[in-house]
Amino acid sequence: MGTVPESADGGAGKTGRVILSADDISRVVDRISHQILEKTGGATDVVLVGIPTRGQQLAERIRSRIEAFSAQRLPIGVLDITLYRDDLRTRGVRPLEHSYEPEGGIDQKTVVLIDDVLYSGRTIRAALDALRDWGRPRAIQAAVLVDRGHRELPIRADYVGKNIPTARDEQIFVGISELDGVDGVVISSGQPDRHEVLAMLNGEGR
Amino acid sequence: MKRHLLSAADLSRDEAIAVLDTAEQIETSLQGREVKKLPTLRGRTVVNLFYEDSTRTRISFELAAKRLSADVLNFSAKGSSVSKGESLKDTALTLQAMGADAVVIRHNASGSPWQLASWIDGSVVNAGDGTHEHPTQALLDAFTMRKRAGRGVGDGLDGLKVTVVGDVLHSRVARSNVLLLRTLGAEVTLVAPPTLLPVGIETWPCAFGYDLDQALPDADVVMMLRVQRERMNASYFPTEREYARRYGLDAARAGSLAPQAIVMHPGPMNRGMEIAAEVADSARSTVVEQVANGVSVRMAVLYLLLGGAA
Repeated sequence: MGTVPESADGGAGKTGRVILSADDISRVVDRISHQILEKTGGATDVVLVGIPTRGQQLAERIRSRIEAFSAQRLPIGVLDITLYRDDLRTRGVRPLEHSYEPEGGIDQKTVVLIDDVLYSGRTIRAALDALRDWGRPRAIQAAVLVDRGHRELPIRADYVGKNIPTARDEQIFVGISELDGVDGVVISSGQPDRHEVLAMLNGEGR
Repeated sequence: MKRHLLSAADLSRDEAIAVLDTAEQIETSLQGREVKKLPTLRGRTVVNLFYEDSTRTRISFELAAKRLSADVLNFSAKGSSVSKGESLKDTALTLQAMGADAVVIRHNASGSPWQLASWIDGSVVNAGDGTHEHPTQALLDAFTMRKRAGRGVGDGLDGLKVTVVGDVLHSRVARSNVLLLRTLGAEVTLVAPPTLLPVGIETWPCAFGYDLDQALPDADVVMMLRVQRERMNASYFPTEREYARRYGLDAARAGSLAPQAIVMHPGPMNRGMEIAAEVADSARSTVVEQVANGVSVRMAVLYLLLGGAA
């Protein structure tokens, strides 16, 4: 995995680097699925809740891996936390994503919140508020593909795909094949161009 | 979205669809929940400034604002300083001084929401001005149509044939609906006695006619307007009975509708006048759904106007 310079038309001096390939992501999803089974003692009474957009896809993958490993099909939910954000006043409105509760609700269940990147912790905080409105789970855990640090709240993930120390001005781009056509994670300095990132991931996949 | 929602014509197609999509997402995310409340507008103040009685619209806005955790003040002209002669401008300045983030105004003078918007810093939502407009009613009607037509997030109402029947002259619902439904791609036909169509109807972006029976078989949606007895001080039609016979939707007329066609009414209904009880209570009727959808749509509007940077 070398440093890949951006193309000539994409802003001077910015670089991107693939930090997780499609194979890496697949291994990470397998590992997190095993860890969930282990830590929750067989994943009885566990429900998965994905945070859109990419957390939702990851939750579906983890569910299918857990099903493959243990023949259990966990209830899955999707939770868009936009309406629970504490920074709406400064960031402005954005379109809402579809949310739905897992079948059977979350009361007395262990909820595993799933997101792609853990950064300030504010998304997870908002999700904790939102879950309180859904019911009273026995426990809440968090699983993330990438933990990039820079926490602003006392929050940590129970399952981490990869810890990636970053600078604040760096960007993490997560590609998920269902949405982006390719799996992979890219770190770049400055604002990455989505097409370049995808081209980089496609190159890595070959 | 813009800062105010004054007219259905203010919304571009993308903005109108964004409101409907937001309403849909809010509705599904609250479905089946014990706690139907979101913290989105915590610390914001919404004032319902009602110069005209309208319990239905006011409680719908009130519930929408409360479900988003806003503080809600209800200001009714009756018994307030308005009855002591205070002007709209002075009331506006009072609300401004109290830090209202949004004012929902219902007023019997057409154009008053525009006036209000020029005096205060917060957002203004038109909840019905005179005989002019009622944009959130049009949005909730469009939301109801989109759902009943089986369309989903991102869709407009392209090709849907909507017939609006009755007192178009006095109806802000009709005017706002014509504007919004056109924006969303529906084809609108107004049907009314000639005396209840406004002057200049030819310039509206819709078709119009006088014969209800002719219009019904083609329609996907029939929207019955309330006969506003309180405004019938002139002779717009000979007798109520004759109006009911020519423009009322009775069971026989409803029988000529296409199987999937729906019947809408903004409420309150005059049963036996513009709509027969058996039609109002039939499976085609969306009257009760419209009320429920009104809350979701008004939550979406308040979120889009107030959710962002102050």
